[in-house]
Amino acid sequence: MAQNLFEGTEKQMADLLRCIDEHKGEAGALMPVLHEAQDIYGYLPAEVQTVIADGLGLPLAEVYGVATFYSQFSLTPKGKHRISVCLGTACYVKGSDKILEAIEKELRVSCGENTPDNKFSIESCRCVGACGLAPVMIVDGEVYGKLTAKEVPAILDKYMKD
Amino acid sequence: MTCEELKKISAEKADLINVRRIVREQAEKLAANTGYRKQVLVCGGTGCTSSNSLKVIQQLEESFKELGIDDVIIVKTGCFGLCALGPIMIVYPEGAFYSQMTPEHVKTVAEKHLIKGGEIVKELLYADTVHKDGSVIPFAEIPFYKHQMRIALRNCGVIAAESIEEAIAAGDYSALVKVLTEMTPDDVVAEIKASGLRGRGGAGFPTGLKWQFTKEAAGDVKYVCCNADEGDPGAFMDRSVLEGDPHTVLEAMTIAGYTVGANEGYIYVRAEYPIAVQRLNIAIKQAREYGLLGKNILGSGFDFDIHIRLGAGAFVCGEETALMASIEGKRGEPRPRPPFSAQCGLFKKPTVLNNVETWANIAPIILKGSKWFSSIGTEKSKGTKVFAVGGKIHNVGLVEVPMGTPLKTIIYDIGGGIPGGKRFKAAQTGGPSGGCIPATHIDIAMDFDNLVAIGSMMGSGGLIVMDEETCMVDIAKFYLEFTADESCGKCAPCRIGTKRLLDLLTKITEGKGEPEDLDKIMKLAKHMKSSSLCALGQSAPNPILSAMEHFGDEYMKHIYAKQCPSGVCKSLLNYYIDADKCRGCTLCKRNCPANAISGDVKSPHVIDKTKCIKCGQCIAHCRFGAINKK
Repeated sequence: MAQNLFEGTEKQMADLLRCIDEHKGEAGALMPVLHEAQDIYGYLPAEVQTVIADGLGLPLAEVYGVATFYSQFSLTPKGKHRISVCLGTACYVKGSDKILEAIEKELRVSCGENTPDNKFSIESCRCVGACGLAPVMIVDGEVYGKLTAKEVPAILDKYMKD
Repeated sequence: MTCEELKKISAEKADLINVRRIVREQAEKLAANTGYRKQVLVCGGTGCTSSNSLKVIQQLEESFKELGIDDVIIVKTGCFGLCALGPIMIVYPEGAFYSQMTPEHVKTVAEKHLIKGGEIVKELLYADTVHKDGSVIPFAEIPFYKHQMRIALRNCGVIAAESIEEAIAAGDYSALVKVLTEMTPDDVVAEIKASGLRGRGGAGFPTGLKWQFTKEAAGDVKYVCCNADEGDPGAFMDRSVLEGDPHTVLEAMTIAGYTVGANEGYIYVRAEYPIAVQRLNIAIKQAREYGLLGKNILGSGFDFDIHIRLGAGAFVCGEETALMASIEGKRGEPRPRPPFSAQCGLFKKPTVLNNVETWANIAPIILKGSKWFSSIGTEKSKGTKVFAVGGKIHNVGLVEVPMGTPLKTIIYDIGGGIPGGKRFKAAQTGGPSGGCIPATHIDIAMDFDNLVAIGSMMGSGGLIVMDEETCMVDIAKFYLEFTADESCGKCAPCRIGTKRLLDLLTKITEGKGEPEDLDKIMKLAKHMKSSSLCALGQSAPNPILSAMEHFGDEYMKHIYAKQCPSGVCKSLLNYYIDADKCRGCTLCKRNCPANAISGDVKSPHVIDKTKCIKCGQCIAHCRFGAINKK
């Protein structure tokens, strides 16, 4: 974990405290706060969870329990470019597993991992609702639809360069 | 706002919406009243946005500026249903249906059609809307739309999804007016009960009863919840309603609040649906501004407000007790029932929870009456059902049909059949909790009870079509991977059962299956069904059981003959080189990572099966199509 030492800016901390303040006392405040905290930091390191626990007056164990329950909350940082391959049923029957394989081969890391330079992270998701375009992959929010495995290297190439 | 002010907005804008709803000749006359010569509707749903519909809107705006067009309105709507052909653009009053639009196409349409005295650009229309003799067929009459009946989706793709005034003009909130001014809570319960509406989220529980139980439950504080955690992969009905007509959900929840005696509501929506979340936020803000949410709604003295809570990627949160735990800010784990939500739900208060599509049916029932609604559908399944049709089918998209519509009609008439002339093998409904409908049952009338009778279920409405290239063992394994991954782990039957079922299926797909594995699956499935805490575990074995029932021979072939008839399960395939086609170019030999291919230059090569790792590299590199697998 040495390379993942947590470093936050003062602005990030100010944003987090403001968000905690806004939701404090609200019923079921933890989920919205975790969502916003992840937007601010990109992930939920132990340090951030501690601030949230103190701010909302909850045991740290409870915050950790919720943060680890939901697949969208991440306790480790993601790559600069986030690749997500839909493995929902509509995409799967149209061969999205082969798209994922092609990406893994191209970047030489497995689904759920970051490339060593932290440029890319690969994850799978279940249905973004673009079933009409199956199979799809999403890079930094942009949807690439009706894909074939052959098109993958060219798409990744665009992001390699910057 | 008062009821009169609401009616005024509705009357002022009525013609604007009507132009989009009636036949061409009348629409052309009406258009004169609207102040707009033409209206261009562009789909801004997730499907079309993903295929770049926002660029279509941008190009329209630019072209209008260049050409000096200032009497044509651009309307960003929700989903038209035909997602495979996106981005879609419809021009009224003609009802011209343009599909797969690029900015270049838009330019052409603007220059040739949208300018004064312009004509429809037939080459760019969706091919099915052009008759052989060159005449344009109104899109409502093409097979995809002709067999549909839109109740829940009535406003989707018709109104600007971010405009409350268009929603009001299209009829939203008039049911709320009727309820607040003419009906008692008991009248509402009676009307919903008489309509026969059943929950569209999967289980099909009568909605009216749910409301009655919550209404009769003791307590001052009660809640209304909307389940928009559409987790079934391949299903996007609820998302489309939220993106296309968010106000109908707010209106229906307010009606339920009045009926059961609640003043607060929560919508639990997937964070994976950013457009739906954004439209909901806009809709709630507008409704508050117009006094349709908040204190003293429409001068009735009734207070009601709605909050949004985002999910965070847990399938189990579609289960009602887990969903409520998640809104409370806890881990989304289900709890045993009873007590039921109607007595002890969100924050331990009586709560009525319905799914998005169910909410979308409420206003039409109030306005048109339970008699009208119950005249549609089958004996025990009233009204319509929205299906998200996907997989191996031409017209991937969103379809709303009366309950009882034959599967055949959905797949062939509406869906346009299977691409590539392939054979229909099965359709999967109910997602990871459901089962498959084999080709022998293609005439089945789709309703709640018929589907259960053949071992599947309605589920929320995902309908995935599979052709002969889909392996039924592999697809069952796919669903088990999903449920094993999504099991929350609270109860042992589900946590361990899903994992063990997955192990057994993996074994079979790897060619290591033994005859007794089938008995083990049956036994395990029985225990999981009877002893899991919630529906996730109880229904997790369904995809396997139904596949074993209808495609037992496929399982046998995997186990006894070590063959995968559909050519999907890698470990069961053998690669071989066709000596007649092989030119001996050595490309496959050089690219084989396992050194399994041998042969001299310019003479046919052979694959050593004992060395082959079945990676498929040889097929990918062969230029002569000489390598096959079976």
